[in-house]
Parts: sequence; C-alpha cells; structure tokens
Amino acid sequence: MNLQGKSVRLHDMSLRDGMHAKRHQISVDEMVKVACAMDDAGMPLIEVTHGDGLGGSSVNYGFPAHTDEEYLGAVIPKMKQAKVSALLLPGIGTVDHLKMAKELGVNTIRVATHCTEADVSQQHITFARNLNMDTVGFLMMAHMASADKIVEQAKLMVSYGANCIYCTDSAGYMLPDEVSEKITALRNELPAEIELGFHGHHNMAMGVANSLAAIEAGCARIDGSVAGLGAGAGNTPLEVLCAVLNRMGCETGIDLYKIMDVAEDLITPMMDQPIRVDRDSLTLGYAGVYSSFLLFAKRAEAKYGVQARDILVELGKRGTVGGQEDMIEDLALTMAKAAGKL
Amino acid sequence: MSNKLKAVIIGPGNIGTDLLMKMQRSEWVEPVWMVGIDPESEGLKRAAAMGIKTCSTGVDGILEHVVADDIRVAFDATSAYVHAENSRKLNELGVIMIDLTPAAIGPFCIPPVNLADHAKNLEMNVNMVTCGGQATIPMVAAVSRVQPVDYGEIIATVSSKSVGPGTRQNIDEFTRTTAGAVEKVGGAKQGKAIIIINPAEPPLMMRDTVHCLTESEPNRDAITESVHQMVAEVQKYVPGYKLVNGPVFDGNRVSMFMEVEGLGDFLPKYAGNLDIMTAAGLRTAEMFAEEVANGTISLPARGE
Repeated sequence: MNLQGKSVRLHDMSLRDGMHAKRHQISVDEMVKVACAMDDAGMPLIEVTHGDGLGGSSVNYGFPAHTDEEYLGAVIPKMKQAKVSALLLPGIGTVDHLKMAKELGVNTIRVATHCTEADVSQQHITFARNLNMDTVGFLMMAHMASADKIVEQAKLMVSYGANCIYCTDSAGYMLPDEVSEKITALRNELPAEIELGFHGHHNMAMGVANSLAAIEAGCARIDGSVAGLGAGAGNTPLEVLCAVLNRMGCETGIDLYKIMDVAEDLITPMMDQPIRVDRDSLTLGYAGVYSSFLLFAKRAEAKYGVQARDILVELGKRGTVGGQEDMIEDLALTMAKAAGKL
Repeated sequence: MSNKLKAVIIGPGNIGTDLLMKMQRSEWVEPVWMVGIDPESEGLKRAAAMGIKTCSTGVDGILEHVVADDIRVAFDATSAYVHAENSRKLNELGVIMIDLTPAAIGPFCIPPVNLADHAKNLEMNVNMVTCGGQATIPMVAAVSRVQPVDYGEIIATVSSKSVGPGTRQNIDEFTRTTAGAVEKVGGAKQGKAIIIINPAEPPLMMRDTVHCLTESEPNRDAITESVHQMVAEVQKYVPGYKLVNGPVFDGNRVSMFMEVEGLGDFLPKYAGNLDIMTAAGLRTAEMFAEEVANGTISLPARGE
C-alpha cells in the first residue's frame, strides 16, 4: 500500500467515545489535561461530549459526571490550535443542544444516524450548516447496509448541507476490503469538495488496518483515540496509527513521541479496566453489535447471571442499532426467565 | 335514536385510514366524512369505497356540511402546520377537535390518565401527544400516583417502516413534546424522551422502556400493583399493549419494558406506535360521547 505524500486529519475520540469506557465519569480536570496535552502534540480535532452525544445524559446511557456545557466550556478556551467537535444523535439531542455547542465555541458538529436513517438528520445538519459550522454527516453501523445504500444516505446528508461524510464502523465489524469498497463508492459518487471520514473500532483488531484502507480509498479524516480509550475494544489507537503513518510517509502533523506520552502518562492511568480485545469485545466485532453495549452487557451478566456474550450475540441477531441500550436489560431479564434464573 | 357522535377525519393517510377502520366498529362514534386535499389520493378513494363521504378541498370544503350532517367531532391527522386553522374553523362550529398532530394547541390527552377530566371539562381541542407518549406516559403516571417521581425517562424504539416523513423531518418535536407530556401528564418533575428508529427486517414491534427515579425508596408492592392496573386500562383500547419485563427496582430506579402490538387494521401489527395513536384518539372521542349520553356534559348548542 502506498500512502506516501498523502496527508490526513486525525480526530481524537478519547474524550467522547472514551466516555463510554469511563461510564461517562471523566472529570473536567482530566478532560482539560488530556485535551491540552493533545493540543500541544498537534492533534487537530478533539471531540468532547457525553458518549452518546449532546443530550445523552440519561438513565438509558448513563448520567455523566458533568454536563456537556461544563466539559465544552472548560476545554475550548484552553485550546491553542486544536478545534473541538461535538456529536449529536437526532432522537437523543436536539437543535437546542446544537445551539448551545455553537455558543460555547464548538467548531465541528457531527450529526449521527443509523446508516439507513439519514433523513432524520435534516433538521440538525441544515441548522449547523446555517451556523457556518464544519458539518459532518456520520453514518453509524455502516456494516449493516450495502455500499449503494451508504452512498444514497450520504447524498441525503450532503443535500441537507453536510460538508463531510463519515463511514462509521460502530461495531468494529468491518474488514479492510469492506472499508475500501464503501469509501471508494462514496468517493466516486460524492462531489470532490465533500470530505470523507472513517471511524473504526478495534473489536476485531482491525482499527489501524481499516484506517489505512480508508485513507488509501480517499478519506481525509480518520477517527481514533489516543490509547484507544473508547467503547468496546476501543477506537483505532491513534498513537499507533501515527507511528504507522509516519513510517508510510503520510502526513498527520502530530508529534509522535508527544502523543505516545499522552497515551502512556495521561490516558492509560485513567482507564477503569483495560481497553482490549477480550471475548466480549471480540463478540461485538464478530456479531456486528454496537460497541457501547459492552459494559451494559457485562453489568447485565453480573446482575442476572446470563453470559454477556450470549446477550450480545442475541442483540446482533435481532438487528439492534445504536442507542438501543435499553434492550440489554430487557433481553437479559427475558433470557434469565427462560433459563429459570428468575 | 343513536348516541353516536358523528365524525370527520382530516387527512386520508395511513393514520386517517386506520382510524376510519377502527371507527367503523365503534359503538360511540360514526365516521361520516374523510377530508383530503388531493382528489386522486388513494386515501380518499379508499374512504369512498368504505362508504364515507369524501371531500378533496380541505377543511373549508366541509364547513357548510357540518351543521347539516350534525358533525360533532373531528380528528386531525394532517400536520402541525395546518392544524391550528383546521381547529379554529371547526371549533367555531362547535366541533370537538382531537389533534393527532404534534401541534399541541390544546391540553395533552393520555386516555387512562387524564381523559376523564378533559371530557368533563368539555375541552374543545385535545392533543394526543406522540406515539411514544401514548405508550409510556401511562406507566410514568402509574408510578407517580403511588409516590413522587423526580425524573421520568422514556425510550421508544420503532420500526423504520412505521415512521413517516413528517416525524423524520422534525424529530426534535417528538423528543420535546413527549418529554413535556412525561412531566405534565405523567407527573414526573423532569422528563426526558428518546426515540430510536430501527430498520430491521422483518420490522420490529414497537417497544418502549420507561425509567422513573422516585424521590424516596420505591414502594415496590404498591408500584407493581399500580403498573399492572394501568396496563389493563390501556389494554382496553390497545389489546396488544404488553408489559414484557418489570417493574424492575434498582435503588430509586423503577423500570418497565413494554411492547405494543397493533390490531393490524390498515397498519401492520408491528406498527403499534401508529395503532396506539389512532386507538387513543378514538377512545378519547368515545369518552366524550359517553359523557354526553350520560348527561354529564352537553355538546355546544346548535340552532335547528
């Protein structure tokens, strides 16, 4: 593979997707410290939000240690060069949250829908575009639809005003060929001025390989998180991707040793549990299940005595999509009853 | 003489047609008119084939028939944008308006919780909230009538096929309206609503999760009994309303997991979200009719 001379913008997820792994309990102090260190290392874009995006604070997804306003309000003024992004899932967050984010200085808004339901994003994408924000359409669980369908949905988001489209492997299910196929299809079908991005999860340990395939096929932005702090087995580990891209001669603008130090000295010590491929996170990737279901399934296992892996496989069979965390306890109860455990 | 209230349905789409089919079985409400804006629409043709008078010039086209045909109740299944005018014109002629749009000009109506009050007060415009609200707010109310609820949260998951373009273009309206009704009708101090659209095939049945955080330690027995009673109340008009799991208690959290199967009239059975709206709307009109028959309320007077 030849990426020599290309350049790519990396986008850190550790303070948003990483919120899943931290049960949304990252302190404001930790947020600021990590964000400042990444800013200093040259990370161009950093996402800061509840794991489930603006307005995600809930029983269903978890109440965070602090509000989105508090996190964004603390981090943004400290940034010297990095821009801050926020995630928004229509159906969870509203344009009111979007306005709040804009007022606090958020540069990039990423409006996320399931990969076949892009038309619920019209209101939010149009609104962000009208505020002159960098507006990203984020098609989640992209392994669940064909390349043609992804292109069709991406075109909707572009028509609403998105200037960048993400193919999002929320389940960490994709293998490099699928990433190549989908990004190539998007690149061929969308106008040249529309940027493409890829968001991977490391559940099948494909985060780095998939990201390389994405860059080769035309992605200008790649998501990952420093030290991999994120849902499931984590996001594509950015310090690793940086090292690989350095070797390949692909420009990121990031200081490799500094970002390694952020991973080692700041983020790894924050982890409540190792973020790694274990049998449950591997099951997410293998069965194509939304990565943030992991800790919920583990908790249901502890509470109801039903194996997390069995719960996750069943969730995959039922075609669950992002945001259906409430299915996990419901299903665990039903499975425990069927097994005579309740 | 029949005690049936004569009705007009505005909007011959999926909701309007399903409502018409349910209404044809009602002992209290008789469908007379179906109103649309496109003479070629399938919905108007279906209504005509079902023996209903049709009008393709909007609400204005039936105003002259309202008194002659003794129309007493209207169901608006159009959109929030046109509802206010529809309601004003029909209210002026003494027609009670059941609002199935998100306009919410009138008070929210969740039949087993507050319909009796609206009927007694002869509210001339009641709003049926949202599908997610109809499916979940009875559960919030079942908890809050036992003890104070600090926070009520509902998660509605619906099949992609059952969500129309109107809802998709303004999904914020769903979350805001539902959260507001979780507070106002459900009795939670703070409300939160989430909607998830799932494209699985075959389409999944509407499912809903309700979480309540009670102010103090939940009274498990009383809440469990209240929840089961409320489920039975909803089942009177939506037989496929089912408590799948719960109430589950975890500290001050009380959770109910529901499934809503529709009757499968015009809309498929998985579209319990649409069915519960039409069923609740019809149930509302029926209660007004019952109160009129009982002499508890009198319909607005009309000259002979």
